[in-house]
Amino acid sequence: MSIEVRQLNKNFGAFSALNNVSLDFPTGELVALLGPSGCGKTTLLRIIAGLENPDSGTVLFHGEEATNVHVRERNVGFVFQHYALFRHMTVFDNVAFGLSVRPKETRPTKLEIKKRVHELLELVQLDWLADRYPHQLSGGQRQRIALARALAVEPKVLLLDEPFGALDAKVRKDLRRWLRRLHDELHITSIFVTHDQEEAMEVADRIVVLNKGKIEQIGSPDDIYNNPASPFVYDFIGQVNLFHSRVDHGWAHIGDYKLPAPEFSSVNNQTAIAYVRPHDIELTQENIEGSIPATVSHVSTAGSVLRIELTNKLSDDVIHVELPRSQERSLDLSVGAQVYAKPTTSKVFLQR
Amino acid sequence: MSVLTSTDAVPHQQLQNKEPWVKKSVLPGFGLSFGYSTLYASLLVFIPLAALIVKSFGLPLDQLWDVVSNKRALASYRLTFGASFIGALINLIFGFILAWVLVRYKFPGKRIVDAVVDLPFALPTAVAGIALTALYAPNGWIGQWFALFGIKIAYTWIGVTIALTFIGLPFVVRTVQPVLADLEAEVEEAAASLGASRWQTFTRVLLPALLPSLLTGFALAFARAIGEYGSVVFISGNMPYRTEITPLLIMTKLEQFDYAGAAALGSVMLLFSFILLLLINLLQHWSHKRTGG
Repeated sequence: MSIEVRQLNKNFGAFSALNNVSLDFPTGELVALLGPSGCGKTTLLRIIAGLENPDSGTVLFHGEEATNVHVRERNVGFVFQHYALFRHMTVFDNVAFGLSVRPKETRPTKLEIKKRVHELLELVQLDWLADRYPHQLSGGQRQRIALARALAVEPKVLLLDEPFGALDAKVRKDLRRWLRRLHDELHITSIFVTHDQEEAMEVADRIVVLNKGKIEQIGSPDDIYNNPASPFVYDFIGQVNLFHSRVDHGWAHIGDYKLPAPEFSSVNNQTAIAYVRPHDIELTQENIEGSIPATVSHVSTAGSVLRIELTNKLSDDVIHVELPRSQERSLDLSVGAQVYAKPTTSKVFLQR
Repeated sequence: MSVLTSTDAVPHQQLQNKEPWVKKSVLPGFGLSFGYSTLYASLLVFIPLAALIVKSFGLPLDQLWDVVSNKRALASYRLTFGASFIGALINLIFGFILAWVLVRYKFPGKRIVDAVVDLPFALPTAVAGIALTALYAPNGWIGQWFALFGIKIAYTWIGVTIALTFIGLPFVVRTVQPVLADLEAEVEEAAASLGASRWQTFTRVLLPALLPSLLTGFALAFARAIGEYGSVVFISGNMPYRTEITPLLIMTKLEQFDYAGAAALGSVMLLFSFILLLLINLLQHWSHKRTGG
């Protein structure tokens, strides 16, 4: 089922959580709402679920007005960050809850409920935990049960509010891959909220980047990473090096150094910010054309990459560089060593 | 014994033999604090209660039996435990509603209501008794209206129940309040998103979660009511066989210097109270285990 939201506004006192937000969620896609805390992403999700009412604007389910439909009738599956499982019920009863509260006419028989619950528990690979209570499960298991419970009512839409936020790093990575596979199996229209860009990149078909209640960019993960639409998106997605500069006739001047900015060839002396990703910098031992002299101040190895911090004359901030581990052998990267950093790709945004 | 069970039993047996009486704890001072607790509980609770039971055996057995099982004593047990039970039950329901209102809603004067809840703790019970009697007597502010319909409140078992309800009010409110405040709104939202009505959410999600604290509150209010004396003597009228509570009967015996008889009645109350509280505790333990509280 497709979801559309039109001109949504929501204020909490003087704080504007959503500011004229319009969005389409096509059928069967897995969309991530990404943004820093307080950007309105959870509010948007809760309005779609019917757990919150917008001050103005409409929500359409499959083209039909749903703004004033109660959460009970919306037929959405909602997964909470802190699981919100029913503590006094077994895993089985938790998953069966949605079916067993149905009115008599539409309620499946006990046998059907039992069969359905076991199907769902097999789907989340936790069939062996049916008789346990939630407090006997790990965080990852609890969230899978919460998901099974949400799926039990055969929702048209699955909404997940920071579903992996309370889990540790390893479980989180496993679970998000698992969620992706599950979605490929079920093809249910899903929206999930996250502040973790890596998570959004890995799981989602499409990402909606939100900031201060407004949409910054909508696009595929590649699109968002390669063509950030605004300085905010550039900053938020992945690590960046930031240089304050002046753009003049196609060049961004940073002190006595300059970066090419051909898209601004007709711009005359304007302040701008230049961004360079850490992996878009080459390091050499000799001074080559267009490189920045710098000194190694810190080196750390994070898995397959080397993270190097360079002090330099262009800014007070260190320049972050990421290199494959193999470069370690061909370069002298001891602390204090003199190197030359050459940005291969950069992006300049004019400041207004 | 089959081979299977014997292999099962041996490690368990060994475990029991090897396990010390208390597990070692990283927290120091177990010996001191445990010794202190034992001494404290002995001086204040165990020894006086033991003395009570010993004292009651100062009577020959047939006399003892007569004291605790004559018609007047039986009537007083019925009133004491019956009225206490009804009072605790009323507190269970209305204390829960009061706690709900105090936790879930915002309204002017909320803090004042919250403070007033504790008054029955602080007020001398005799004062409460006099106040209630003045209100519910046939010529009192409230009693006069009931008198029109021929209903007497003060000087009947109804009055006793009202007094016992009054003094037990804070218990349920104060035990349920924090638990209710701790319940995440998310759980209710989850139930609603799964299609549960408000009533279903209440009965199947909220109530089971609150059950242990409701039981605790009930047990405390019940226990407090059984021991109540001060407020009841004013409102009950103290008619033997009809509105005489056991604590008053004990008082009467004491005034007649019948210490052994008083102690015997006291022992019976002690026994009943202990059994009832034990049952409630077991019930609580069971419901606690289910929720993993």
